Amino acid sequence: MVEKGVIADDLAGRRIAVTGSTGFLGTAIVERLLRSVPGCEVALLIRPGRRGAADRVRREILRNDCFDRLRRELGDRFDAEVARRITTMAGDVSVDGLGLDDEGRALLASCEVVIHSAAAVSFDSPLDSAVEINLLGASRVAQAITESGSGAHLVAVSTAYVAGTRRGASPERVLPETPFAASVDWRTEVAAARRARADADAESRRPERLAGFHKQARSELGGAGVPLLAEKTERLREDWVKASLVEAGRSRAQSLGWPDAYAYTKALGERALLQNRGDVPVTIVRPSIIESALHEPFPGWIRGFRMAEPVIISYARGLLKEFPGIPEGTVDVIPVDLVVAAIIAVAAAGPAPEGPSVYQVASGSRNPLKYRRLVNLVHDYFTDHPLYDTAGQPIVVPEWSFPGRGRVLRQLQRATKAVALAEKAVGAVPLRGQQAAWTTKLDERRTEVDRARTYVELYGAYAETEAIFQVDRLLVLFEGLEPGDQDAFAFDPAIIDWDHFVHGVHLPSVVEHARVRTTPGRRAGPSRFDRGKRAILSPDRHFAAFDLENTLIASNVVESYSWLATRHLSGDDRARFTARMLREGPRLLALDRRDRGDFLRHFYRRYDGAPVDRIEEDARELFTQLILTKSFPAGMRRVREHKALGHRTVLITGALSFVVEPLRPLFDEIVSASLGQRADGTYNGELQQGPPTGEARALILMDYAAAENLSLEESVAYADSASDLPMLEVVGHPVAVNPEAKLAAVARKRGWHVERWTKSPGGPRPLLPIGPLGPHALRGAPR
Amino acid sequence: MAPNNSVRHGRPGFVLEVDRSTPPTLFWHGEGFRLEKLPVGSRVIYAPEPVTALKDPDGAIRHALLNPLGDSKPLPDLLTPGMKLTICFDDISLPLPPMQKPDIRQMVIEAVLDLAAEAGVDDVVLLAALALHRRMTDAELRHALGDRVFDAFAPSGLLQQHDAEDPSKLMHLGATEAGEDVEINRRAAESDLIVYVNINLVAMDGGWKSTATGLSSYKSLRHHHNVKTMQHSRSFMDQHRSELHSSNWRMGKVIKDAGIKVFQIETTLNNDTFPDSFDFLQKREWEWGPRDRASFLAVSKTLDRTPDRLKRGIFHGIKAPHRMTSVQAGEVEAVHAVTTENVYRQQLVQVEGQTDVLTMGLPYISPYNVNSIMNPILVACLGLGYFFNLYRNKPLVREGGVVIMSHPTPWAFHPVHHPSYIDFFEQVLSETTDPLEMESKFEEQFATDPWYIHLYRTSYAYHGVHPFYMWYWCAHALQHLGGVIIVGGDPRSVRRLGFKPASTLRDALEMAEDVVGRDPSITHLHNPPLFLADVR
Repeated sequence: MVEKGVIADDLAGRRIAVTGSTGFLGTAIVERLLRSVPGCEVALLIRPGRRGAADRVRREILRNDCFDRLRRELGDRFDAEVARRITTMAGDVSVDGLGLDDEGRALLASCEVVIHSAAAVSFDSPLDSAVEINLLGASRVAQAITESGSGAHLVAVSTAYVAGTRRGASPERVLPETPFAASVDWRTEVAAARRARADADAESRRPERLAGFHKQARSELGGAGVPLLAEKTERLREDWVKASLVEAGRSRAQSLGWPDAYAYTKALGERALLQNRGDVPVTIVRPSIIESALHEPFPGWIRGFRMAEPVIISYARGLLKEFPGIPEGTVDVIPVDLVVAAIIAVAAAGPAPEGPSVYQVASGSRNPLKYRRLVNLVHDYFTDHPLYDTAGQPIVVPEWSFPGRGRVLRQLQRATKAVALAEKAVGAVPLRGQQAAWTTKLDERRTEVDRARTYVELYGAYAETEAIFQVDRLLVLFEGLEPGDQDAFAFDPAIIDWDHFVHGVHLPSVVEHARVRTTPGRRAGPSRFDRGKRAILSPDRHFAAFDLENTLIASNVVESYSWLATRHLSGDDRARFTARMLREGPRLLALDRRDRGDFLRHFYRRYDGAPVDRIEEDARELFTQLILTKSFPAGMRRVREHKALGHRTVLITGALSFVVEPLRPLFDEIVSASLGQRADGTYNGELQQGPPTGEARALILMDYAAAENLSLEESVAYADSASDLPMLEVVGHPVAVNPEAKLAAVARKRGWHVERWTKSPGGPRPLLPIGPLGPHALRGAPR
Repeated sequence: MAPNNSVRHGRPGFVLEVDRSTPPTLFWHGEGFRLEKLPVGSRVIYAPEPVTALKDPDGAIRHALLNPLGDSKPLPDLLTPGMKLTICFDDISLPLPPMQKPDIRQMVIEAVLDLAAEAGVDDVVLLAALALHRRMTDAELRHALGDRVFDAFAPSGLLQQHDAEDPSKLMHLGATEAGEDVEINRRAAESDLIVYVNINLVAMDGGWKSTATGLSSYKSLRHHHNVKTMQHSRSFMDQHRSELHSSNWRMGKVIKDAGIKVFQIETTLNNDTFPDSFDFLQKREWEWGPRDRASFLAVSKTLDRTPDRLKRGIFHGIKAPHRMTSVQAGEVEAVHAVTTENVYRQQLVQVEGQTDVLTMGLPYISPYNVNSIMNPILVACLGLGYFFNLYRNKPLVREGGVVIMSHPTPWAFHPVHHPSYIDFFEQVLSETTDPLEMESKFEEQFATDPWYIHLYRTSYAYHGVHPFYMWYWCAHALQHLGGVIIVGGDPRSVRRLGFKPASTLRDALEMAEDVVGRDPSITHLHNPPLFLADVR
């Protein structure tokens, strides 16, 4: 029988407020309070979101596997127990007064302890939001406590890295009493951060910038139509503003000697809290890098993919070839349950009578883990338990040589440049099919390099930190606990056996959460492709819409035109015609890329004066000689498979009606371009309606679905280029057929099904799309 | 005796027994050749040399029209002003390779049209008897009929091609005693006289098959183009033992009983198959002179360096110097009896006994890929459908024996001519190679697919069901044989066909021994030029 401690008794009957309860640390605090301090109640300050605060508690906190143990222990009583002990107050630490309503304020007033763990922990938060949450959050909580008049004890969670990146011992003292960290005025920093948001926003709206975003959107999407381009442009602008603010945060932090905006805002937050706390008793708890649980609620518990995990997984996948760091340096990692236990012990102990005090929860001074040892442990682990690549082969992890951060960054920058250059080169030529896969590969490679650089930029400093965080006060607190409490709330970092923690607890947990391949060989069961195909050819689908050019046939409107135009020409005229078309080629191609609709309008003027009956007659031969000859048999088969399943089939094409007329038996509906006719039986070269291109296709499909009472969500669309994105996005089952580079990238990112259809192998390959010498031409041609 | 019975001048067919001094044997290999050293003791069967052609084919044609066989009146007596006359002719599948101008069809049709004009007949339609084959292109029609006939009939729409999928252009004539539907072209059925112009390349061609098959529809064809019929046609080249023949003859009776008058004109060709530059192809290897060796070398070396598409163009450009050896006209069955004798005169070779292993080199052409691509299904059909069945009495290869065919068998299809073949290869053969299973499970779906029907009618596609017929053509061989090996074929397509790929003939013979035992007897079919083995 374990000796009974007093912490649970001390906190029994009290109500403890927790902020940041949806976070990694917050969730663990709530769970531990509910399980290990049976007599207390918890009040959660939570942003209501769309579904309301109570719903978020249920979905985002209680459903986490953190509560599995408690659920098991309580059995049927779990729901009643949490309902009785958890109350919520809708609020937000980034708003003055915490955004509390009267009820919330009353609830806060009833709390005797407030544990403030809410933070923007992401190391690449935009400067302004980091300032609002990390810098001002704790002060706002203190002010709310003051206003409530409860005199509650505020336990504010900070970070050990407020000490910055300097060498030497970092004591458990409030910042003004330490030699660390620049003593800049936090108010100035807040004002500057808020201004930075406005400045970045203004900058992003400058015409040159907007033109740049537009250009980038176009280069990524091609002629996808106005609405999609506009949407993408705006997204790029917002991303740019965010990136500027992230950059502003990082550079400001580093200019003042902190590794990143998180530590910088937290440090200033501590200073602000000391000034703004009024009479509220404050205790600051500074954990170092929090990682998976050592024991509680179960070994390896972790929430979210955090700082070290992506780095570890990238390493295990062989992507991170080098990472900076000082081999003899200390990586200060602390399991989450130790931090939680320390916080609860602090809460139970109550505030120090002499004023604000600090506890650091870190391993560096008591039980240091050297960087080289960590790297070796990780290397050994993944050598024994390798991840597997897509071919089912084990991945060999690289050996790190501990280069300086600058060298790694330079290497990565060179790689980035090389990839960007290759991308530009590949992007300049129209590719599809197998070749477009190169661009997909390049894209993947760029993502890898980008990610590696981000990791190095963000986390490099942590591997290079030479500060040693003192834990003297923490140990005194621990020594002062009853033996029973020492067992139930163990937070002495000396208990960590690093080999066991890394190999037996942390890495298995990380690997599990990363959902990576841990078994060799090919995956059993149907392949991704087969599953995709089965979903598309499910009887539940309603209709299937097909683009024509390069989706069902390897041809285009220019070829159809050339074929028809040359069918009745004699030898010399054909040569002249061919030469002219070849000369015009690049210009037409450029126009087509810029705007498909304009291109068609422009190009179809060439039919001005063409006799309707002759064109219709010739179109029958065109069907055989060009359309069928260049068709993709698998595509034609797919149309009929849809038909056989009872799906409607729709053809949407910018090609002219007489060109696609022979395809009618395949489709229930054909939407094509059609030319006006004159009274004298010739075409006037003008389109009768706008050409069905770009976003018009989405509208056509929407109208069609509405008129026929079909569901877009249950329908399929096949297309080959980014200009068809509107059509692909409007249905529930988009399929990229022989996608050109841009669409290939989009399809890969969104997990769309991709088909590679080819012309009939061995079939005729006319060199030039010109009509055969017909009998009329023969007679006129010189022999 | 009619003057069109010419005298043989070429030497008869010959069976060589390979000994140590025998030079390597020429194997056809698609658009190319292989020289293979056959094991000592193997037999090589050579076709008879071309029999002497008619000296005055036009005169012979006119003579045949005026002196009909059987109970038919001379053609001029059948032609009256105001009558409806339909002249039907064989399509692009005959002859093989297409012949040099003038085509026999042109010569015969011009003669018939002259008589019709003399008799004052003005309702004349020319009808290509396609059955379920692809439509002929204008250029192909022009080649078969000549400029004069083409230009006189095509512009006014009087040159037509049979459309087996237009119900308004078909007429159901009833059923045979065996319950087989007889449905033929309406224009032909409603004519006062059908003149059918045949080119009888092999013994199966002609007779009632011309009208009962060439002018019919799927509804009618399925009664004899099926697995059961083909398994009971042993072989379909031997009319006395061919269920295909019997079925067509039963249908002929229905046609006759319906009061439809057919004036049958049948012609036979000699087997002068290749022009001078390819002369070596129809000589026996030990008789090759320096010129033959030189041209063989030149041709082989050139082909080695030629891309596949170009090679195909070169070979399909070959026009055979075939010459007419006989022409007979009149009542269908009487005409066909004489024709068959004339075919045999050119093609029959006496062969003693069966063989364990039959080898054959498959050329670039079959009846269904003229100006097109010999896809894997056609490779199978040419080898196991046609060449295997070139026998009388009993198959050249014993039951349980092995056929070794040589052909590159590329995974290649003509997208316009053979669209249903592509799907058949992907969807049917990937599931089963058993003719009976595919017949019951897939045939109807392909036969009634509206897209294939559309392509057959408006483009130049073989009917959706046609690939099935190709496979049924192999049914007798598949049932009879213990194994099929293709030498030098694309292994993927060979396996899809259910056969075994081998890279050399030596390997193939080793593999065959696993089936037929050690030291098998081997016979090589040195074909084309075509022959028919009379196996004793």
